Amino acid sequence: MGKSTISKIPFKGTAEQEQKLREYIAANKDAQGSLMPIMQEAQEIYGYLPIEVQKIIADELNIPLEEVYGVATFYAQFTLNPKGQYRIGVCLGTACYVKGSQNVFDKACSELGIGSGDVTEDGKFSLEATRCIGCCGLAPVMTVNDDVYGRLTADDVPKILAKYKEM
Amino acid sequence: MYRSHVLVCGGTGCSSSGSAKIRTEMENEIKRQGLENEVKVVQTGCFGLCALGPIMIVYPEGCFYSRVTVEDVPEIVSEHLLKGRVVTRLLYKETVTENGVKSLNETNFYKKQHRIALRNCGVINPENIEEYIARDGYAALGKVLTEMTPEEVIDVILKSGLRGRGGAGFPTGRKWSLARTIVPDADQKYVCCNADEGDPGAFMDRSVLEGDPHAVLEAMAIAGYAIGASQGFIYVRAEYPIAVKRLQIAIKQAREYGLLGKNIFESGFDFDIDVRLGAGAFVCGEETALMTSIEGHRGEPRPRPPFPAEKGLFGKPSILNNVETYANVPQIILNGAEWFSSMGTEKSKGTKVFALGGKITNTGLVEVPMGTTLREIIEDIGGGIPNGKKFKAAQTGGPSGGCIPAQHLDTPIDYDNLIAIGSMMGSGGLIVMDEDNCMVDIAKFFLEFTVDESCGKCTPCRIGNKRLLELLNKITDGNGTLEDLDKMEELCHYIKNNSLCGLGQTAPNPVLSTLRYFRDEYVAHIVDKTCPAHVCKKLVRYEITDDCRGCTKCARNCPVGAITGKVKEKHVIDQSKCIKCGACMDNCNFKAIIKK
Repeated sequence: MGKSTISKIPFKGTAEQEQKLREYIAANKDAQGSLMPIMQEAQEIYGYLPIEVQKIIADELNIPLEEVYGVATFYAQFTLNPKGQYRIGVCLGTACYVKGSQNVFDKACSELGIGSGDVTEDGKFSLEATRCIGCCGLAPVMTVNDDVYGRLTADDVPKILAKYKEM
Repeated sequence: MYRSHVLVCGGTGCSSSGSAKIRTEMENEIKRQGLENEVKVVQTGCFGLCALGPIMIVYPEGCFYSRVTVEDVPEIVSEHLLKGRVVTRLLYKETVTENGVKSLNETNFYKKQHRIALRNCGVINPENIEEYIARDGYAALGKVLTEMTPEEVIDVILKSGLRGRGGAGFPTGRKWSLARTIVPDADQKYVCCNADEGDPGAFMDRSVLEGDPHAVLEAMAIAGYAIGASQGFIYVRAEYPIAVKRLQIAIKQAREYGLLGKNIFESGFDFDIDVRLGAGAFVCGEETALMTSIEGHRGEPRPRPPFPAEKGLFGKPSILNNVETYANVPQIILNGAEWFSSMGTEKSKGTKVFALGGKITNTGLVEVPMGTTLREIIEDIGGGIPNGKKFKAAQTGGPSGGCIPAQHLDTPIDYDNLIAIGSMMGSGGLIVMDEDNCMVDIAKFFLEFTVDESCGKCTPCRIGNKRLLELLNKITDGNGTLEDLDKMEELCHYIKNNSLCGLGQTAPNPVLSTLRYFRDEYVAHIVDKTCPAHVCKKLVRYEITDDCRGCTKCARNCPVGAITGKVKEKHVIDQSKCIKCGACMDNCNFKAIIKK
């Protein structure tokens, strides 16, 4: 399931972020089953869930860090590493796969020089093999942040990436 | 009153191809041409024909415009809306006849469909509760609260024959009845909705949530009344942002109208709903895992019994139904059990929504009566396989299901028939594969998915599936033996019989069904060391034919320098260097490179 590596990138959280998180926790900690919504909000605030942030959550909820870490590594949505400025997702859902999305994904890997779940050294791109994003009519599909590119072949990948490399 | 309505699809499929921009441009252009008091633009849920998105329908004519672009908008406004001249070039070809425009319901795609769960999708604005109410929305809840006892409600659902649309097909009425009676003095019960549609290639539930969220809320309130619960939870994938947003809007509006909250319809019945976001774990589609996840833990399943009806969410009696199941409920209450049970087959009543995808012309969402054959869905509604390719298999049930070969295309689809032919209904993903798909590779694809998604709690699933995948890899690498096939079969049965939850119990199905129907492909990989569909990379050979003109393009594009040859002479690939990337074939202008 999720990745269990601890981020090597130094934590750069700000006091404002921490205050925002602590306020959210204070307002929601008493609701039943509040851990996941709090972690989702924390990821929204920081972009990822480094161990420092998990510690804040564990302290505030008065639960063991192990429990927070256990949840963070169980679900694919939670990430312990920061994402790139441009988050590339190539859908490897069934409908995309049977229409050749593996080739699109392989091309994205070789173009960026990284694998699934990794970030480029300059922090510009991160790559993810995603599950079905639900627009199977456009298969095979690749996303860059919120932009969706459909009906792709591997040859389209360099052109799309070039657009973001220049930005 | 408006003289024309322009319906723009705002489902995920069309949104991904830019329908939101088209809607904004439409509104602006209508203002620019001074028609804002005559024409209204409405954002709707999914129409179903996602292959043609972005989609737009103009009423009263019912013109179905497909693959609309922002650039087309001024023309539609000035020609159609202003001058009344239909923009024929953008019409869906199926709707164009010699005498003008044919109704959408007469096209092959819609003709054989019967829409109950999807009745409002593509018809109403899902962000406006009044449009839902105008289509008899919340009338079923009103009827239940003012005219029926909880027992009567359960009785109607039981008699209707409605079975769970999430996959296993458990009778919904029985679930409700158990939850009502099994713990007589429960202080709290819960109604849960499974909207964590994790099956890759299935998007039925998402389309219902995006196109008709109130139907789900209404049904959950009805279920709450029936079992005696005052709180509901919808567990929805975080990857479905549009669905989440529309659910939240719908809940807010329903509260404002007094249709959720305290003392609904002055009946003394209280019911409210919270949304919880799933975080991307396929196993959370399993009912006990889903409830554990709502409680805020790792979404691991637990042994049953006790069943959730007795001890579910937060240890209280709970029911869990999926989105499509709920979407049927208000209609059953309004039209009666007999109406619903008159559709379908002996043991599977009503309709089923399928997400058609893969190698099929009309990718999209269809709802057909149970008992419709696969052939009707694929050939008549789906428009067949594109590019003149030959049908090989239809995959239903996602990672828990199986591949159905051509000889079973005429099987009427229902829960029991699909199990008999080695697949299952699942949530309704229906992926079509053609001759270019390798069935061993497909089995491997699904198994990679389940290995990745196995929660790791029980050994048969965690380790068994991993070993199974290793055997499959051995075969696609060209190192398999015929004994491996027997080993795989034995392992499959072991995993099925011994896993804790539905994920493990069904994970080997894609392997078993392909072994059953496409054993020859496995044998070809093992004995002949070839992949008949030319998919498995290690077994593919690229060769240059006599059509080669010696243009050198392939040699220049080969990343490893495996191609040699003189200008204007036939080139040769050094098989020992070739990494089978296919760059040569993609770049050849003379179709002189073939895969073997």
